[in-house]
Amino acid sequence: MSISTSENLVEADVIAKVLAKGRSTGAEFSEIYIEDKRSTSAGLDDGKVEQVTSGRDRGAGIRVVAGETTGFAHTSDLSERGLLAAAEAAAAAARQGDGGVHKIALQPLLRHPVNTVRISPSDVPKASKVALLERANAAARSIDGAIVQVSAGYGDSYKRILVANSDGVFSADDQVRTLFRVSVVASGDAGMQTGYDSLGHTIGFEVFDENDVEEMAIRAAKQAIVKLQARPAPSGSLPVVIKQGSGGVLFHEACGHGLEADLVGKGASVYRGKMGELVASPLVTLIDDGTMSGEWGAIGIDDEGHPSQRNVLIENGILTDYMWDFLRARKENRRQSGNGRRQSYADLPMVRMTNTFVTNGTENPDDIVRATEHGVYVAKLGGGSVDTASGDFVFGMVEAYLIENGEITEPLRESNLIGNGPQVLKDIDLLGNDFAMGNPGMCGKDGQGVPVGDGQPTLRVKAMTIGGTAA
Amino acid sequence: MSNGSSNSSSNNVPDLQAIVDRVVATAVKGEQIEAYVSRGGETAVRVYEGEVEHFVSAQSEGIGIRVIKDGRTGFAYAGTLDADAIAEVLADARDNVAFGTPDEYAGLAEPDGVAQIPQKFWDDELAAYATADKISLTKELEKLTLGMDSRVRVEESNYDDGWGEVAVATTTGIRESGRGNSCYVSVSTLADDGDETQTGFSFSVGDSPKEFNLPKAAREAAERATRLLGAVKPPSKRTTVVLDPYVTSQFLGVLSSTLNGENVSKGRSFFADKLGETVADPRITLVDDPTNPLAYTATDIDGEGLAARRNVLIENGVLKMFVQSSYSARRTGTKSTGNATRGGFGGTPGVGCLAMQLQPGTQSQEELIKGVDDGVWIQMVQGLHSGVNPISGDFSTGASGMMIRNGAVAEPVREFTIASTLQRMLLDIVAIGGDIDWLPSRAVGLTLVIRDVTMSGQ
Repeated sequence: MSISTSENLVEADVIAKVLAKGRSTGAEFSEIYIEDKRSTSAGLDDGKVEQVTSGRDRGAGIRVVAGETTGFAHTSDLSERGLLAAAEAAAAAARQGDGGVHKIALQPLLRHPVNTVRISPSDVPKASKVALLERANAAARSIDGAIVQVSAGYGDSYKRILVANSDGVFSADDQVRTLFRVSVVASGDAGMQTGYDSLGHTIGFEVFDENDVEEMAIRAAKQAIVKLQARPAPSGSLPVVIKQGSGGVLFHEACGHGLEADLVGKGASVYRGKMGELVASPLVTLIDDGTMSGEWGAIGIDDEGHPSQRNVLIENGILTDYMWDFLRARKENRRQSGNGRRQSYADLPMVRMTNTFVTNGTENPDDIVRATEHGVYVAKLGGGSVDTASGDFVFGMVEAYLIENGEITEPLRESNLIGNGPQVLKDIDLLGNDFAMGNPGMCGKDGQGVPVGDGQPTLRVKAMTIGGTAA
Repeated sequence: MSNGSSNSSSNNVPDLQAIVDRVVATAVKGEQIEAYVSRGGETAVRVYEGEVEHFVSAQSEGIGIRVIKDGRTGFAYAGTLDADAIAEVLADARDNVAFGTPDEYAGLAEPDGVAQIPQKFWDDELAAYATADKISLTKELEKLTLGMDSRVRVEESNYDDGWGEVAVATTTGIRESGRGNSCYVSVSTLADDGDETQTGFSFSVGDSPKEFNLPKAAREAAERATRLLGAVKPPSKRTTVVLDPYVTSQFLGVLSSTLNGENVSKGRSFFADKLGETVADPRITLVDDPTNPLAYTATDIDGEGLAARRNVLIENGVLKMFVQSSYSARRTGTKSTGNATRGGFGGTPGVGCLAMQLQPGTQSQEELIKGVDDGVWIQMVQGLHSGVNPISGDFSTGASGMMIRNGAVAEPVREFTIASTLQRMLLDIVAIGGDIDWLPSRAVGLTLVIRDVTMSGQ
C-alpha cells in the first residue's frame, strides 16, 4: 500500500508521560487514543457538482479509570503540553484517593492489518472522483424520463490511529474507507418515489474497478420507477422473505445491539442471562467479524488497541457470547473481543458491532419464495432501530413486493416492519444458501456513529407485522 | 454543544472575529470567501447506581472556508485553529474550486438590512456552575427517579452542558460573532415485571441548572416505563391517534424538509406546486420562529449570518411560503428568509426550519383524550428515519402507548405501527393541545390528535 505507515503520530516517550500523568490522581488505568484523519468528499445534485470538500480532523482523547468512574478529556492540540493538560483534566475528572508516581512500560507497537489498499484515494486526482458523480448522474437520467432528480456523493477517508494504555497496550492502525451513494427521485401520476444505492469498503479507489457506479445509479433509478406503480403495503402480520444481502439490519437490530455487553451488564437487554440458551431458530448462526477484509466494518485494531477478531455470538440458535469492550471485560474478568469502538478522538469508546452476519443455510432462494403462499418479499431494507430492553425493533423496507401463490408480484410502498427480537429470531423458518454482504451502514448509539457491515442469505420469517395502510 | 445555533452580536468574540477577518482579507479579484470558525466546550456527567460512571470535559475548535469563483464552489475545514492549518484549509478550498460545476446561483449571503432581534444566549450562572454541583444534581435525578416506583431501575442519569463561540465573515459584507451556553439533564429508565422490561426517558432543560425541574423529569421517566408494563400487541384497524408532545415534535421535524425551499426547487417536496392551497386542517398555523426566546433553538442569526426572523409557513391550513437560504432564494427568485442552517465548521450552509411552532389550541391533553371515543395515545415512535419518506410522503413508524376507549385511557399496547401519508395526516388533524412543551429540539411539542391512521398489529 502506498500510504506511509512508519511515522508515529506522537512519540512513545511523550505517550508514556501522558499515561503516567493520567494515573497521577490515583486512577488504576489511563489510555490515550490519537487520531489523524484526512477526508475528501464530493457531492452532485440537480445536475451540478456542488463542491469538493477537504477535511482534516486531528486530536487525542484521554481516558482515565478509577474504580467505577471514567474521566475523559480530549484535545486537538497534539503537542506534549496539550496532551499533558488533557491528561490532567481527565485525571482530575476521575480523581480517587491519593496518587503517586507511575511508570508506564509500553509493549512494542502492535499492528494487525486486515485490509489491503491498492490505490490510495489520496493518490487519485480529484477530477477522477468528480467524474464518478457525473457518470452516475447521466446513467440514472438515461433510464427513463420519469427520473426528475439525482444526487450522488463520493467520500474517502484515511484515518491513522494510535492507542496506548497504562497496561502497556500500544497499537496502531491505518484505516482507509471509500464510499459512493446515489439517490434518485422519480415522478409519476401518483406522486414521487425514491430510489437509493450505495457501496462502501475499507479499500481504496480500486473499489470502482469492481463496482460500476453507472450500474448502481441504474439500480437506484429502476427502484424509484418500479415504486411509482407501488400500492400501499399491507397492515397486519404476514410471512416476510428477505433477499440476500439486503436484510442484515434485521439481525443488527433484532439481536446485535442486545448482545453488546455494556447493555447486557446494565440489565438493558432482553438477552441478559440467556447465555447457553436457545435464543433463535437452530438455523441461525450469527457472527460479528472485524477481520473481514475490505468490508465496511473491518478494522485492524479496535479503538482501544485490541486486535479485531471473529466472534461467534449465536451458534445453531444457541447464544454463545456477547460482544465486549475493555471496561465491561474488566468488570467481568474476561477477554476483550475487539468491539471497543468510538466515533472519533472526542468520544468515549463503548461496545459496538463491526461486520455482523448470519451464515448460509441450505435452501435454494427461489424455493423460499415458492414455498410462501401469501407474504411480502423485501428486496432492500432501509435503516432500523431497537429498544434493547424490550426487544422491540423496527426496520424500513425501501423496496418490497407482494408474494402471491409463491410468486413475487406487485411492488409495495415504503413502510416499517416491527417485531420483537427474540420472537423474530425463533420465527426464521427458511434460510438460503446465497449469502451476501449488504450496503455499508452507519450505526448510531449514544450519539456516536461508527461504520458497520452486515449480511445474510435469503431467509424467511414466518410472521412479522407490516406497517402499511392496506387492509 | 447542544444549542449550536445560539449567537449574539451583543456578545462579540474579538479573537475569533479577527481570524475570519484575516482569512477574508486574502480574497483576490473575482473571488468570494466565507470563513466560519467555532470554539466550544462541553461537560458530560453520567451517574449509574449512585456513582459517577463517566465525567467528560472537553474543548474543540475548528474552521471552515468556502471559496466561490466563476460560479464554482470549493470548501475545506479543519478541527483546529492553528495558523498553519488555517493556511492549508484556505489553499485546499481554493484548489477544490476547480472541480465544481459552474452554478449561476452560487454565492454568499449579502446583508439584507433585516435587523437582528437581541436575545440572551449566555448565562453567567451556568458558566460559573461548580463541577461538584453538576455531579450532585445528576445523582439527585437518579435518586428521585428510583424513588418514584419500586419497579423502576435507572439505566443512566445524565447532566450535559456546553458553551460555544462562533464568528463568520464574508467578502460580501457579513461580519458576525457571538457566544452561547446551554444545559440539560436526562434520565433513561427500565421497569421490570417478571421477564418483561419496558423503557422510559425524560429530560429537563433550562438556561441554568436552577431552572431544571428534576421531580417532573423523574416522574415522567418512571411513568413512561411503568405504564407500558403488561402491554399487548393490539389488533390492526383504522383509528384516531393522540400524539404525545414529544412525538408531535418529531412529526413536525419530519415535515421540515417538505417546507425547505431548496428541496422544493429541486423537485423533492410534495408541496412544490401547492403555495396558496389548503394543505392542512384550517386549525393549523405553523410558524418557524427562532426569535422566540422560549424556543430551545432560538437564535438571532442564521447559518449564513443573516438575521433570524419569524416566518408563517402554513396559516389556517393554507400553505403560505417556504423557508430559504440565500442560495435557494436565488434559485427561486425570492429572498432569504433567514433559514440557512449549518452543522458546524465542517459543513457548508443548508436550508431548514430553525424553530418550528404550531399555534397551540386551548385544551389539555386530558381533555383531548376525553374527546376520543376510540383511539390510541402514542407515547413513543420508533423508526422515523426508516419508515418515513418526506419525498413520497409515506409515513409508517413503530409505536407504543395506551389504548383510548370512550374517552378514557385503557390498556398499554406495543409492537405495532401507525401509518398514513404526511399529506393526509396534515388534513386529518382534528385537535391541537394547549400544552406547549419547549423540548430540546427544533420543533415545539404539544398534543396533536389525528384521525384515520392505520394501526397495524396482530
